[in-house]
Amino acid sequence: MSIKVYVPLDSGSVALGADDVASAIAAKASKSGADIKIVRNGSFGMYWLEPMVEVETPRGRVAYGPVSTDDIDTLFEADFLTGGDHKLYLGRTQDIPFLKSQSRLTFQRCGIIDPVSLEDYRANEGLTGVENALKMTDEEIVKAVTDSGLRGRGGAGFPTGIKWNTVREAPADQKYIVCNADEGDSGTFADRMIMEGEPFVLIEGMIIAGLATGATKGYVYTRSEYPTAIDVMNEAIKVARAAGVLGDNILGSGKAFDMEVRMGAGAYVCGEETSLLNSMEGKRGVVRAKPPLPALEGFLGRPTVVNNVISLCSVPVILEKGAEYYRDYGMGRSRGTIPIQIAGNVKHGGLYEVGFGLTLGEIVEQIGGGTASGRPIKAVQVGGPLGAYFPKELFDTPFDYEEFMKRDGLIGHAGIVVFDDTVDMMKQARFAMEFCAIESCGKCTPCRIGSVRGTEVVDKLERGEEPELQLELLRDLCETMKFGSLCALGGFTPYPVLSALTHFPDDFKPRALDIAAE
Amino acid sequence: MSETTEDQNVRVAAICDQLITLEGPLLPILHEVQEEFGFIPDGALQTIAKKLNLSRAEVHGVASFYHDFREEKAGKHVIKICRAEACQAMGADALGDKVRRHLNVDWSQTTADRKVTLEPVFCLGLCACAPAAMIDGKVVGRVSADRILEKVGS
Ligand SMILES: Cc1cc2nc3c(=O)[nH]c(=O)nc-3n(C[C@H](O)[C@H](O)[C@H](O)COP(=O)(O)O)c2cc1C
Ligand code: SF4
Ligand code: FES
Ligand code: FES
Repeated sequence: MSIKVYVPLDSGSVALGADDVASAIAAKASKSGADIKIVRNGSFGMYWLEPMVEVETPRGRVAYGPVSTDDIDTLFEADFLTGGDHKLYLGRTQDIPFLKSQSRLTFQRCGIIDPVSLEDYRANEGLTGVENALKMTDEEIVKAVTDSGLRGRGGAGFPTGIKWNTVREAPADQKYIVCNADEGDSGTFADRMIMEGEPFVLIEGMIIAGLATGATKGYVYTRSEYPTAIDVMNEAIKVARAAGVLGDNILGSGKAFDMEVRMGAGAYVCGEETSLLNSMEGKRGVVRAKPPLPALEGFLGRPTVVNNVISLCSVPVILEKGAEYYRDYGMGRSRGTIPIQIAGNVKHGGLYEVGFGLTLGEIVEQIGGGTASGRPIKAVQVGGPLGAYFPKELFDTPFDYEEFMKRDGLIGHAGIVVFDDTVDMMKQARFAMEFCAIESCGKCTPCRIGSVRGTEVVDKLERGEEPELQLELLRDLCETMKFGSLCALGGFTPYPVLSALTHFPDDFKPRALDIAAE
Repeated sequence: MSETTEDQNVRVAAICDQLITLEGPLLPILHEVQEEFGFIPDGALQTIAKKLNLSRAEVHGVASFYHDFREEKAGKHVIKICRAEACQAMGADALGDKVRRHLNVDWSQTTADRKVTLEPVFCLGLCACAPAAMIDGKVVGRVSADRILEKVGS
């Protein structure tokens, strides 16, 4: 039998050379007559080890990484196809401490299986959740999700079960499940990873959402920056349809659910759910006023569940193992697990799924291993471009929705970006305003105009023009944006700006003229 | 380009016919038209509008809202460099400066010889392998200015 060799198809891994590594291994194997089968799997999310190559051996899967094409000859010489020792040898994959210490519930099969093999998925308890759901009433499914304590992972943390119940109770000839896969926050890649590495779990979650609410049609709205995720999702949908997992008679139940992928066109604001719905309807991605809630009048005016990828992907395990099993992880009102994405200037960047409650310091210093540059950490931004910058003094903040809010921050989609001491926080504050100006949908004046004014104020501050006045203006602008914006783009841009100002006041002093020498 | 406007309209109309049954067909149609021509030709707006029962202004309004849709063809190579925070933390600003200086273009411009179009992008989901870029649709992580320029032969 041929030896299985795993080389990820994950975009992060490919960005570091996985395609070339896979070709080089195939070429060398065919030359040396080795009988191998290369499986392009998802990533386990340890990006400092990517491209990470695994080999199936009698003692389990063993890993090597980070592998470059220059290492292929020595890997063959070291007999890596039987798990031989090599300077890149990492031992058994499952024993790698970064992976072993996680609680992988949502990502339980990501990296392990061939992403588009339904047999692999089934062999690893996949589809058990939907099979259980098919034996339950819609109310029972909603109750299980409510009882699990699952809250939306897209940013707002709204209880998923409550949203589903609103759609369930809404009478309509057609309802929709829309998966928000627009993942625009810097520092986040969990949606991408799971769509590329375990697409069937998203399909399963969406079917369950359909069964719970009476929706028979689903859409995955994702960004054009994610071509691989789109390809893998489309392939998995095709496979699921052919196997009768999607279609008019899902798993022989007589119930119907089908879905397709839609691609955005490069607009951050389209991750906001009503802008997303407008975009899907072929309109400008302008934010809609609420009410009406999308749950009642969503896509094409019909009741619609809009959920983040990770919210939906967390549902199958809840239906498989029970609400209590999921609920037992976490702290306070933040129940279950959260796939934390550690990024930026960090030694061990990647995805770490764990129950809520680790402190920010534990995450970036112990798990992330500090900065990649080896310099001291100065700030970490949590929750994307609308999230606050945290200084070291706040590293004791536990990863929990409420605890972060208490400190004028937010968890968002759980992305953490680490900066070393070379970062200039005034520049970061300016960027937050600039980003808001670039991506504003244009509906609200404080967001559209205020953000442009914000960048000008920071520029004046930098040039030393009446600094006291500029600081006051900046704070005023932030207040206006906070309270005069319809959505969180304008409303939350003040978080990174004010946190930078509050925690790093020294960076807002006027600059010496030498930097203007450009 | 010897193609007549007539030919172009026929091709745009065919794309519309193929996708019009989708719920919310406009974005898929615009993507397909851009795939076919490399940009959204001005004449296509009218054809699409007619097919979808919209005004030309409405179609133009939608096409212009999204960063992806081009009004003119891009250069032979398209470099997208991530300018978002995780990449900033790993030197993306300096990287962007160097590439701009070398190509002698600003963001969203094409070099005079039409060889390279440089675009900013805000996150490619490669934030744990920063700084990141996408060159002619292919992703690269932990990238340097030299490597980017080498890939487009500049
Ligand atoms: C500017 C802006 C961008 C957003 N981007 C995303 C996104 O990329 N993905 C996402 O799931 N939610 C995003 N959201 C939140 C959505 O509006 C919405 O709350 C979410 O999709 C609901 O799903 P959930 O309850 O499962 O979290 C964004 C919100 C705003 C204001
Ligand atoms: S806050 Fe900004 S992005 Fe949000 S609705 Fe208003 S203008 Fe649009
Ligand atoms: S986009 Fe709505 S006012 Fe211009
Ligand atoms: S911030 Fe650059 S890839 Fe995410």
